[in-house]
Amino acid sequence: MEILHNVTINHYLGLSTVLFALGVFGMLYRKNAIIIFMCVELMLNAVNLALVSFSKMHGDTDGQIFVFFIMVVAAAEVAVGLAILMMLYRNRHTTDTDTLNDLKG
Amino acid sequence: MEKLVALIPLFPLLGFLYITFFGKNQSKGTAGAIATALVALSFVLAILVFTTQLHGAHATFVKVLDWIHVGSFQVDLSFVVDPLSSLYILFITGVGSLIHLYSIGYMHDDEGFHRFMSYLNLFVFFMLLLVLGDNLLLLFVGWEGVGVCSFMLIGFWYKDHANNDAAKKAFVMNRVGDLGLILGMSLIFVQCGSLNYNDLMIGGSAIGHLGKWATLGAVLLFIGAMGKSAQFPLHTWLPDAMAGPTPVSALIHAATMVTAGIYLVARFSDLFTISEGASQLVTWAGVITAVMGASIALTQNDIKKVLAYSTVSQLGFMFAALGMGAYTIAVFHVVTHAFFKALLFLGSGSVIHAMGGEQDIRRMGGLKSHMPTTYWTFLVGTIAIAGIFPFAGFFSKDQILAHAMENNTVVFALLMLAAAGTAFYMFRMFYLTFHGEFRGTHEQEHHLHESPKTMTIPLVVLAIASTVGGFMGFPHAIGHAMHIEHALDHFLSGSIELTHSHMSVATEIALALISMAIAGMMILFAYNIYIKKATPVLEDAEINSPLHRLLWKKYGMDELYDNLFRKPIDALSAGLYHWVEQKMLLGMVDGSGDAAKGIGRILQPLHNGQIVTYLLAIIVGLIALIFAL
Repeated sequence: MEILHNVTINHYLGLSTVLFALGVFGMLYRKNAIIIFMCVELMLNAVNLALVSFSKMHGDTDGQIFVFFIMVVAAAEVAVGLAILMMLYRNRHTTDTDTLNDLKG
Repeated sequence: MEKLVALIPLFPLLGFLYITFFGKNQSKGTAGAIATALVALSFVLAILVFTTQLHGAHATFVKVLDWIHVGSFQVDLSFVVDPLSSLYILFITGVGSLIHLYSIGYMHDDEGFHRFMSYLNLFVFFMLLLVLGDNLLLLFVGWEGVGVCSFMLIGFWYKDHANNDAAKKAFVMNRVGDLGLILGMSLIFVQCGSLNYNDLMIGGSAIGHLGKWATLGAVLLFIGAMGKSAQFPLHTWLPDAMAGPTPVSALIHAATMVTAGIYLVARFSDLFTISEGASQLVTWAGVITAVMGASIALTQNDIKKVLAYSTVSQLGFMFAALGMGAYTIAVFHVVTHAFFKALLFLGSGSVIHAMGGEQDIRRMGGLKSHMPTTYWTFLVGTIAIAGIFPFAGFFSKDQILAHAMENNTVVFALLMLAAAGTAFYMFRMFYLTFHGEFRGTHEQEHHLHESPKTMTIPLVVLAIASTVGGFMGFPHAIGHAMHIEHALDHFLSGSIELTHSHMSVATEIALALISMAIAGMMILFAYNIYIKKATPVLEDAEINSPLHRLLWKKYGMDELYDNLFRKPIDALSAGLYHWVEQKMLLGMVDGSGDAAKGIGRILQPLHNGQIVTYLLAIIVGLIALIFAL
């Protein structure tokens, strides 16, 4: 358990940054809508991690309350988003974003 | 007793509301009876109110409601009972109820019967408001109200476009006059601080505060009167107003509404007395109108147009009298004219009814044997307006002439000319309509019939009134010699400036004989032409002599106004439409639309449907934002 004491705020923030960056790059490079969706979740959780870390550092619970709200909203968003993806797949038999470009001007 | 006056305008208003909202369920007979009965009820009350004024006239004010109280501007919904207003309400409701009764018969087959009755009731309400209001603002409400009713009733048969044009013309011409009235009203308020007759004239004398503005104020009020009472140069709407049903012509455009201008001037007799210039203007406008109307009537062939120009001419007589300070005589002529002109119009309506809508006297003739009641009553009206003793028109017209003789010889000569013309054109119309051979179609001849009782009873009552009505105003000098009082003059002394006469008995008798002799000669002249020689009246296309054509064309006043006002305005609006609307405004509106479209087309490729592109744009934008901050 010694190792836990050596973990500073910087480590947490570093991890959060890495997760966020992974989310961003995953979103940009992957074509599968489900993966993009997962990347969005990853980014949300990176933010959650940062918020919890700051909350711990300042000894203030505000950050943790934020996180609860984000998780609730994210859960709702997942429900809606997955439903959309389901319908999309039923109609188009694909989730490849390159072919889903009907809404161009 | 005077308190009852508040109920007088209420009954016709109730009639209007009832027939408008519940009348549809009633039969025509019931609706007509209700409308007539309510006006008749007002007539009974008007008699009661009138009798209170008979013994020692005094102005009474009956306040119904507070209306406008803003600073020094105090105007109430309040009525004035004095000789002038009680005389007016008497003949408005009296003649009004007879014409309502007549309308039941005349309009019976019309699908708009209920609408017609409700408008007539509304008209009577506004007319009563006009003469009963104790301040200029209430007068103005009535003034505009009767204008609206007149508009609605001229255009009553709105499916014919010509009727709508006539209605619009009447409304617009009246508006020109109304502007004068509004300005005059404003001037009086600014200078005198009140619009109540009581402060201005009856109880106080605030009208004197007009000072050097008196002439302007009087002229402005007179411009209002010119519009409503169809005086030159605003007279052209009245003949066109004959497009309305005949009872409307009788009630509004002969007996009551068009005499509102005389009421206004007589009410402000104090103002016109102190302004010599304005009185001169009134006299000359009246004289010109009298001569012009009479001369045009000589050549008209539409039975209602003849009567319309006759009305214009008679109104001119009244204004000439007003201008010469004979206020009571002008009001006297208003009353006698209401009797015989309503009679003549209703008689002409009876003729038109029998002829199946035909109004051209060239297509009539010999109606005497077919409709005796109409014939005899029409004869009474014709003699009355021609000015033969002892019919009503003789007394009032002769007194106007007598007064003119005392004041201004030129005015006298011109009015005499108009009076001679009156006798001629009336008997020309009378002979062409009722005597000689029938000139219409066989179908019309077969259809000829006397009108129903509801139509002939008003004719008979009005004929009686036209016969004896003149005795309320016996000529001054003769009356004085015979100890007969000028009843009307005496009665009106409480309200308006009295007419002063210094004529000797002999002159007055001589004048009466001369004017009757001239009228008689004119009647013989008409008899000679249209009965003895049976000269056929020229068809429109055959009118060649320039004078005849000028008169037939009504001095070209309509064409003049057309060229002077309508055409420039039309050209202006066409220009504005083409250059401003089409080129400028439409250019701006279309231009902004086109610009938005163009920008859209340029930016269109950015929207390529690739989510990745959008995401990249979001992230790049976010990063740029972070660094920018």
